[in-house]
Amino acid sequence: MIEIENMVKIYRMGQVEVQALRGITCRVEKGEMVSIMGPSGSGKTTLMNIIGCLDKPTSGSYKLGGIEVSKLNDDQLAEIRSKKIGFVFQSFNLLPRTTAIDNVELPMVYGDGKNRRKRAMEALEKVGLSDRARHRPSELSGGEQQRVAIARALVNNPSIILADEPTGNLDSRTSEEIMSVLKELNQRDGITVVIVTHERDIAEHTRRIINIRDGKVSGDILLKPRSS
Amino acid sequence: MNIAASLRTAFRALAANKMRSALTVLGIIIGVSAVVSLMSIGRGAQGAVTAQIQGIGTNLIFVRPGFVQEAGVRSALGSAPTLTLADAEALADSVMAPSVAFVAPQVSSRYQVTVSGQNTNTQIVGVTPEFQLVLNYQMAQGEFIDPSHVQGRSMVAVLGSKVAETLFIDSDPIGQVIRINQRSFRVIGVLAGKGGGAMGISDDVVMVPITTAQARLQAQRTAQGQQIQTINVQAVDAKEINSAKEQIADILRERHRITGSDDFTLTSQEDIIGALSQVIGIFTIVLGAIAGISLLVGGIGIMNIMLVSVTERTREIGIRKAVGAKRRDILTQFIIEATTLSLSGGGIGLLLGWGLSRIISRVPINGQMLPTAVSLDIVLLAFGVSTVIGLFFGIYPASRAARLNPIEALRYE
Repeated sequence: MIEIENMVKIYRMGQVEVQALRGITCRVEKGEMVSIMGPSGSGKTTLMNIIGCLDKPTSGSYKLGGIEVSKLNDDQLAEIRSKKIGFVFQSFNLLPRTTAIDNVELPMVYGDGKNRRKRAMEALEKVGLSDRARHRPSELSGGEQQRVAIARALVNNPSIILADEPTGNLDSRTSEEIMSVLKELNQRDGITVVIVTHERDIAEHTRRIINIRDGKVSGDILLKPRSS
Repeated sequence: MNIAASLRTAFRALAANKMRSALTVLGIIIGVSAVVSLMSIGRGAQGAVTAQIQGIGTNLIFVRPGFVQEAGVRSALGSAPTLTLADAEALADSVMAPSVAFVAPQVSSRYQVTVSGQNTNTQIVGVTPEFQLVLNYQMAQGEFIDPSHVQGRSMVAVLGSKVAETLFIDSDPIGQVIRINQRSFRVIGVLAGKGGGAMGISDDVVMVPITTAQARLQAQRTAQGQQIQTINVQAVDAKEINSAKEQIADILRERHRITGSDDFTLTSQEDIIGALSQVIGIFTIVLGAIAGISLLVGGIGIMNIMLVSVTERTREIGIRKAVGAKRRDILTQFIIEATTLSLSGGGIGLLLGWGLSRIISRVPINGQMLPTAVSLDIVLLAFGVSTVIGLFFGIYPASRAARLNPIEALRYE
């Protein structure tokens, strides 16, 4: 599903060059649920942005579902984001003056626009929020907002959901709820889920933890499935 | 992203900042309504002038004396053969000039007119009976000059409505005696008012038989007869005006034995209308252009607000890009927002401008009503210009939005 080889990303900030990724190689298979862990500044968010086709690597290869995407232009990347990738952000990133269901419909506005309302409602049902469809983000709790964001991420039937610190702004009980929603999507619908986090117990919800340090993979651990 | 979704998004975004959107639209409203009302005034003036000139009569050609130039020396007026009463009679020949319906020569000069206790300085016009027909005069009272008056050089006069009002405040002018240049004339009729004052046709006039005017009031003579200032010719119909002009020119050239340049000029009513509407047309465009400056300012207002809006909504743009919006989608969204602002301003401005022009046409300025006309081309112009302004001033902010890097946009606080 995700094949990354020797990926390097260099940012230029005025005169200074910052090497965010220094040769990352890793693979994520279809249907996996993976955490990427690392301290801040380790390059995990950069890796996430490149996997999510929001950014391009400076060198190295990145194949998504067998397609080399590192050389595509902005519009082609947008197309891939629209069809294959769903994002979940730490700060939810919902459109503020727009109802939950309209937020969920947003990706369909730029992609496949058929039966928008019905499909948006189905996505909200999957995350258990169909009764809050007409509420605006300001009328929803943090957990509910994140669930709307998850519904938005899965509405175009993506092959990957990328979650960047999805529980970072939530209390531990709500975090558990969000993780179980993501796990359900992974197990029931077979969607590949990649979570970036720095919290150990969130990472332990997944089967595999990739550790990043100083722009390199410093560890790749397979966990035993939890008994629960 | 389809147009309906874009429009909905645009309306939602504009409704979120109602006051700001309203003020931005106001800039365009003022601009468009100024353009529409000023252009409608110009257009109305054009119509009014045309109507006034057409009111003089129909299918008219004015023949006037010109100058003769020999070896570069321009002769003095009167030394060359100019127009005479005999020329006018020749033009009335139905064999030589079949396209000519009526011929009405005139002479005119200003004199003091007095009647017991009252006096006025006015235009005295020597005319023939055809003058009433050709220049479309109606009688308010009494009769017009008839052929026997011309034949007998009668001392009779027909008063213009304004002169009648001035000289005979509360008495009946018919049968009264007035003195023009120390000579006595009997008033036989009063003309109905025509209004306006284009082409020397006004109500401030006294008409006398042309022969009387030449013999008793003027002293200018030429070899062939007595000099005439204008011969008013009416063509049989509008299509015959050009052939009438040719026939008149042929007759006059032969009579004046002209081999070089003509010693007369022919002007048709259309020529005059054409020249005047051209002048008013330029005047209208200048007015419109001045009003257009305020439209430009309104456009800059749109650009300003769109730039603010793009900055404020950076995060929204980032979200839209993250879920799959292409550059073009973002570009279209912001251009539609800008165009929605400018077009709604255009629509409201058009209504307001139309209303203003209606009010202007009802308020007398210097005692005269200024007619206004909002024509289809003004409407199309208003909409066209406001669309173009929306596009022009929307493109820069929109392309700034479309170029935003999604990662930075998502991080923007």
